[in-house]
Amino acid sequence: MNVHEYQAKELLAKFGLNIPKGKLCHTPTEAEWAARSFGPGKLSVVKAQIHAGGRGKGGGVKLARSPEEARAHAEKIIGMQLVTPQTVPQGKKVHKVLVAEGSDIDKEYYLSLVVNRENATLSVMASTEGGMDIEEVAENHPEKIITTDIDPTVGLSGFTTRKLNEALGFKGHLAKAFEKTLKGLTEAFLAYDCEMIEINPLATTKDGQLQILDCKMSFDGNALFRHPHIQDLRDYEEEDARELEASKFGLSYVSLEGNIGCLVNGAGLAMGTMDIIKQAGGDPANFLDVGGGASQETVTQAFRIILRDTSVKGIFVNIFGGIMKCDVIANGVVSASKELGVKVPLVVRLEGTNVELGKKILSESGLNITPADSMADGARKIVAAVK
Amino acid sequence: MSILVGKETRLITQGITGSAGLFHSQKCAEYGTNLVGGVTPGKGGTKVLDHTVYDTVYDARRKTGANATMIFVPPPFAADAILEAIDAGIELIVCITEGIPVLDMLKVKKALANNGGKSRLIGPNCPGVITPGACKIGIMPGHIHKPGRIGIVSKSGTLTYEAVGQLSALGIGQSSCVGIGGDPIHGTSFIDVLRMFNEDRDTDAVVMIGEIGGNAEVQAAEWVKENMSKPVVGFIAGQTAPKGKRMGHAGAIISGGKGTAEEKYAAMAACGITTIMSPGDMGSVLKKVAKL
Repeated sequence: MNVHEYQAKELLAKFGLNIPKGKLCHTPTEAEWAARSFGPGKLSVVKAQIHAGGRGKGGGVKLARSPEEARAHAEKIIGMQLVTPQTVPQGKKVHKVLVAEGSDIDKEYYLSLVVNRENATLSVMASTEGGMDIEEVAENHPEKIITTDIDPTVGLSGFTTRKLNEALGFKGHLAKAFEKTLKGLTEAFLAYDCEMIEINPLATTKDGQLQILDCKMSFDGNALFRHPHIQDLRDYEEEDARELEASKFGLSYVSLEGNIGCLVNGAGLAMGTMDIIKQAGGDPANFLDVGGGASQETVTQAFRIILRDTSVKGIFVNIFGGIMKCDVIANGVVSASKELGVKVPLVVRLEGTNVELGKKILSESGLNITPADSMADGARKIVAAVK
Repeated sequence: MSILVGKETRLITQGITGSAGLFHSQKCAEYGTNLVGGVTPGKGGTKVLDHTVYDTVYDARRKTGANATMIFVPPPFAADAILEAIDAGIELIVCITEGIPVLDMLKVKKALANNGGKSRLIGPNCPGVITPGACKIGIMPGHIHKPGRIGIVSKSGTLTYEAVGQLSALGIGQSSCVGIGGDPIHGTSFIDVLRMFNEDRDTDAVVMIGEIGGNAEVQAAEWVKENMSKPVVGFIAGQTAPKGKRMGHAGAIISGGKGTAEEKYAAMAACGITTIMSPGDMGSVLKKVAKL
């Protein structure tokens, strides 16, 4: 689960981290007043709040020298379709901005914490090349990135901070400030079951401070039961409506660009089904895993979600029944087709537990369903049907 | 022989009184697995499926001589259930539960490392392990399997069934099938299982099924190049998956442009693994490569 920059900063502020003052604003007037509240002659930064990186490149982050200029920037940014390298091509609509007190930046650094899945630790990644896309730095100057691990059962050790301080060139009070920053971030990471915390940039200022100017935080969805207050930070406007709807029914759904709807059990088989459709010359409209214990009701919901995508010109149901019985799926397909009046071609491949019964239910339903003998056969048939 | 489980396996189920735990314990017993008891805290002394339920794994192991456990405990308590099984000295721990917090799994990994290899964890978020005709621990449909000499190791449950179905349809049986799970942090890796298959006298060739996300398949491919003396064929799910999107499994995500199917296929091809591009061809490619 992702949160906005302003939410991440509010969460991190509790860990004693140095973050410039900021206010969330929904209107240009609020933005002007927020900038004014920082005091006369202060710079402010107006930052679009959407769940995507690269906001500056798309014109979503602007420096203001006066409250009036902050207002003017907010007028442009609020309501705009912000396109960044990480958004869909049409961009994301901006509903709110963070107006943050400007800092007199000396140098920008990069710092992040992630779970390292290869060795089951936390990894810290740091670089002297902050403020830009870290993937580009990794590509062009891998030597400028230092990575080190933190054992989550031990916590942050002194030597880890010393190693990073040396690599980043922090000495004296900046080294102390960095130690405090990394300690706070590690504590926050473990306290909130984070998946990632990325500070980019972490900046030194001309008056000798070390500040968190931007941050991205994401949380382990499987641990949200422990953190109801973080669950409350979820911004539904940032999420795909169909993906959200699917999650309510325990379905795992991802929207794609194609026109063949897929209904599959199991994540691996669902991905494999997308792959085989592509190989047969078609394009999948979605990834959809109905899970291991789907009922007739969930199958109907799955059809409803697939059909809400108007680009869907055909549906491929691919089921290998283990726990899930083929007759249950067949009944679900039949009742959903009748209830929703499915008009697009439907290819169904059933295999596994109670497969004969499932096939019988489909063939006796009187519906126009094309049976398939294997997933390859099904993929060929659905691709031919939508052409 | 085969690997991990067989006729000598003595199984308990943690969470045996829950609906999924009970249903699958029964299915495993029907398949021929030697189920010897179960554990549900607070239900000790009761009986299900003609077996005694114990309050603790420690007690269950002492009274039944269990050497394997199958875990169906809900996600908030599942890591604790694994730690309890490690503490009780259970040799093989198969965790079916999906949705365990990652930080909990980091603690479990540490406990497994401290335990010096006495306990092995399979999963979590996996279908389990089966040696066809001898022992099934997990949720896979037993009847699609056929005893034989091909090993399967996979991150995905239903793709394993798909591979098994294709092999069985061609008359090719399986020695053991191991689902290592779709979570980013898991107990047993591709390499662990490949090593076991390599040393197993009853396995002639291996089907390896990976997914996007992480680089376990790349590491496994490099291991195969250096160590494996048997043919390996491999499929990677998610060739068409978009970047940055989690595809059902917690671990199936291309992050920072890393963990794509392309890079995994490239590593497999470079290391002598026969790549299978279509999930419909897993059986036929294996047949050709293993000259069956």
